[in-house]
Amino acid sequence: MGNLEILIQAPIFSVQLLIDGLLVGSIFALAAYGMALLWGVMNIINISQGDYVILGGYVTLTLYNAGIHPLFGVPVAAVVLFFVGWAIYRVVIFRVVDRDLFISILATFGISILLQQLMDQIFGADIQSAESGLGTLFLFDDRVTVGQIKLVALAVVIVVSVSLVLFFKRSRMGQAIRATAQNARAARLMGINTDRVYAMTFAMNAAICGAAGALVVMTWVIQPFIGLAYTIRSFMIVVVAGLGNIAGVVAAALGLGAAEQFAAFLLGAEFQIGFVFGLLVVILLVRNMNLKRQRRVLK
Amino acid sequence: MNGGGKIALYLGLAVAALLVPQVPFLQPYLIQFAFLWVMILFAMTWDVMGGQMGYNSFGNIVFFGVGMYATAVVQRDLYFTVEEYANVAGGEQAALTPAEYLTGLALGMGIGGMLAVLIAAVLGSGILGLRGHYFAICTLGLGIAAGELASGWDYIGAGSGLVTPLLPDALGERGPFFYYVFLVLAVITFLVLKRLYAGQFGLAINAIRDDEDKADALGLHATRYKTVAWCVSGFFLALAGGVFGNLVIFIDPTDVAFAGPTFGVWMVLMAILGGKGTLWGPVIGATVFHLTQEFFWTYLFGWQRVALGLLIVVVVVFFPLGIVGWLRERWPQRFGEMVDEDARRVQVSLEGER
Amino acid sequence: MYRYLKSAFVALPSAALAMSLFGTAQAKVEGDTIVLGAALSFTGKYKTNGKHTKNGYELAVKRVNEMGGVKVGGKNYELKVVYYDDESTPARGAQLVERLIKQDGIQFMLGPYSSGLTKAMAPVTEKYKIPMVEGNGASRSLFNKGYKYLFAVLSTSEQYLAEAINLAAEQAKAAGKDPGTLKLALAVENDPFSQDIRAGVLDDAKKHGMKVVIDDKLPKELNDMTVTLTKVKALKPDVLVVSGHSKGAATAVRQMMEQKVEVPMFAITHCEAADVVGKFGPGADYTLCATQWAETMTYEDDYFGSASDYAKLFEKEYGYVPPYQAAESTASVLVWVDALQRASSFDTAKLRDALSATDMRTFYGNVKFDETGKNIAKPMVLRQIQGGQYKVVAPTKWASDKLVHPRPKWSER
Repeated sequence: MGNLEILIQAPIFSVQLLIDGLLVGSIFALAAYGMALLWGVMNIINISQGDYVILGGYVTLTLYNAGIHPLFGVPVAAVVLFFVGWAIYRVVIFRVVDRDLFISILATFGISILLQQLMDQIFGADIQSAESGLGTLFLFDDRVTVGQIKLVALAVVIVVSVSLVLFFKRSRMGQAIRATAQNARAARLMGINTDRVYAMTFAMNAAICGAAGALVVMTWVIQPFIGLAYTIRSFMIVVVAGLGNIAGVVAAALGLGAAEQFAAFLLGAEFQIGFVFGLLVVILLVRNMNLKRQRRVLK
Repeated sequence: MNGGGKIALYLGLAVAALLVPQVPFLQPYLIQFAFLWVMILFAMTWDVMGGQMGYNSFGNIVFFGVGMYATAVVQRDLYFTVEEYANVAGGEQAALTPAEYLTGLALGMGIGGMLAVLIAAVLGSGILGLRGHYFAICTLGLGIAAGELASGWDYIGAGSGLVTPLLPDALGERGPFFYYVFLVLAVITFLVLKRLYAGQFGLAINAIRDDEDKADALGLHATRYKTVAWCVSGFFLALAGGVFGNLVIFIDPTDVAFAGPTFGVWMVLMAILGGKGTLWGPVIGATVFHLTQEFFWTYLFGWQRVALGLLIVVVVVFFPLGIVGWLRERWPQRFGEMVDEDARRVQVSLEGER
Repeated sequence: MYRYLKSAFVALPSAALAMSLFGTAQAKVEGDTIVLGAALSFTGKYKTNGKHTKNGYELAVKRVNEMGGVKVGGKNYELKVVYYDDESTPARGAQLVERLIKQDGIQFMLGPYSSGLTKAMAPVTEKYKIPMVEGNGASRSLFNKGYKYLFAVLSTSEQYLAEAINLAAEQAKAAGKDPGTLKLALAVENDPFSQDIRAGVLDDAKKHGMKVVIDDKLPKELNDMTVTLTKVKALKPDVLVVSGHSKGAATAVRQMMEQKVEVPMFAITHCEAADVVGKFGPGADYTLCATQWAETMTYEDDYFGSASDYAKLFEKEYGYVPPYQAAESTASVLVWVDALQRASSFDTAKLRDALSATDMRTFYGNVKFDETGKNIAKPMVLRQIQGGQYKVVAPTKWASDKLVHPRPKWSER
């Protein structure tokens, strides 16, 4: 394990990995939060989650290519994706909301393929990125570098999370969404238009993903086919954190981000994606074992 | 349909299938037919889990890849060392005699099949405890993780892939050879599944689909049946994978062997398109899908994958019963059933879990 | 509406059946047209390079037809290429090559893009004894299998960056150091082509006794290589080699710049295809790029004139500077034209012999195949980006400028 030796002899590099991991994780947190929202409110697992992220990235890229600073991409991508999400709900999702979970999984899978291929046709398969021009912070004798854009990303994540919490606590729509999540039928009886709530939820999720995508395109690079990895990460984070727990989601997302960086460093970059998906299987199995034990105790 | 008519139909199909390679104007299409049999195998084996048992797996492609790699590795290691093979494989220096080729293929498929059963049994004891969407996503992760692992493992060629031996000239053209091998494989799989569905096993896995907890409470060993079903599905898929590696010749870990985004998704779509949970549904669905796909690929040129995504959405949202399911709804008498309407509707509906 | 949808589901496949069975039967030569076949990546991960390949083929076909076509047996024929989309996956590629040969009756094959797809198709063309001339499958494992019907106009992949290692060794000697003390870092994508590059680099490193300190494989879904670059910072290698098609090049250049990674020599592939200069401007400076062909080279032929004439014509036609992937593809068609005219026959066995006896000059370089079918008459060149321009720095015969070594520190730029 030559790689482990590096970390032991020069622990400063684990600081680099940790910082990077946490900042990466903060972007995962956005997508994961959107997924938890959909899952909790509509009981839908959205496989096309990651593709909204990438689509948000392309919206930002389009602005950037038109000469507009990519930071404006964050709100613009959110707004554009809001309408995209609304449209997708109105065309497809409303037909599958009340049906079997597997139908919604497959339908969103189809949407995922559709979006990927459309992006491939429109924007090309090459990787692309938008330069924020913000520069890099150098710490510890240049051995630790932090792109300032990553700090901006962290700030955006915090702002979005806080405003979401406020939205759900304060606004009427937020309350309606929470009521629907608790019991859709009761909410309907109380006069809440659950169809509108669902549309709003789905659109909001897409908007959150779009903002995340704007950050991704400024921080790393994007291409049309990397969405699924974000979907799977979101799913894992939600499984670990549970539904309706924004602090849990953020913590799990940061943890996953850091774990991935260390895994890639120690095992080699080729195993990073494999590690994520392997971890998913392990987490689900452990969760299932715990459930089984609890069930046995109950018996 | 009466018994005699049924036998006549099966015989007619069998004779037609056997005669296809003899028809001159169909000669150029034999490899297409071989791919069609593979598609049918995909849909049939997926339907054991997804249709008959209600466990929607996105990870069955794992068994396909395992079978493919196992067969290729056996074929390689039986007659060559790894270094030798890397330098001569495929070309004429590596030409095997027909006996060697067939021995390697058969032995490899056997080992691949057993390996798949082993993996299904071991993984199944854990993963099959998951329900619904947890199972679906877990198997999705499993399929992708397997591909990534294979890409990192040097012994099986890692990301550079693995080349399988060429078909010796003495065994004839590629077309007829793979046509018949896959035909036999598909027919055997069909007959085995038909037999299984007709008996106690079929009833048991249908009971698991309809209400697992109740079935369990009534004394059905659900876990045992689920594991066996996965093993059956994996076994035949691994055999298909073994031959498929020889058909494609070049095994790429993520694009050919563990091809989740293509084959892994198609098998689900084909089964649903034909009508999941029916015997003929997957066969019909695979046939329709394969032909439609050839159509898209040839005439939509670059937009075919967009069309594929649309097709998935449309089929799932508007056509969840599939072709056979729809026919059955229109003409239930034809399917020999005049059962209680409501009960039947529950049986064929995808809403089973509620 | 549902009822219509449902009947559409029955009608569509029947139409598909009819069309796919009776639609496209073609012969190798239709009237006055010689039909070449190619399966290319129009969708999927190799889409961009698939486009370069197609443009290369198309430009050649257009030019050859303009100049009177191909003369076979005293008659002039036009050229035409039949394309299919292999979706960047070998499974589809193997299926399509069967389709081209068996259903469409193609007897003259052009190569796909990437080593993986060529690996999937070459055994099939070999089996049917259909010659294939390709310009985009560089993996050396294609040429140790005894294929008789495969001809490649390019230099094989182990040569891509080997020159960079030799260059590093030369520089070390010039500075009075032992090349054996050099440390080497590799970050190479996990696919057949890039892994071959790695093998070539490792061979040369061994020759000089260099030590490999990092040997990472990059995932195919690469979008971040911070982890590898962190290792580079920790271990301070003297040479960093990155290869991973266009996305590897773009990611590496961007993150090197962003994280101010200092390394004396940085060598990659696919600079031109990824347009690193256009994307990252001065950030891409001093990067070493392996290339099969450069428009500054002094080759010439009758169809396109000099290399720079070709570049101009290509840019006029398609609106961008041709990357070497396009030039290779154009050269593949020219090799076919030459072989068809010399053989003066459509017999594949005779054509194979004519191809193997090829000895010609093209704008792309000289073409002469050895017994394994690879081109041995043309070198790889190494270019360094200096002030936003690609300058040939090695091998010495073609060098137009001197290598800047070591790379200036980021703080001093």
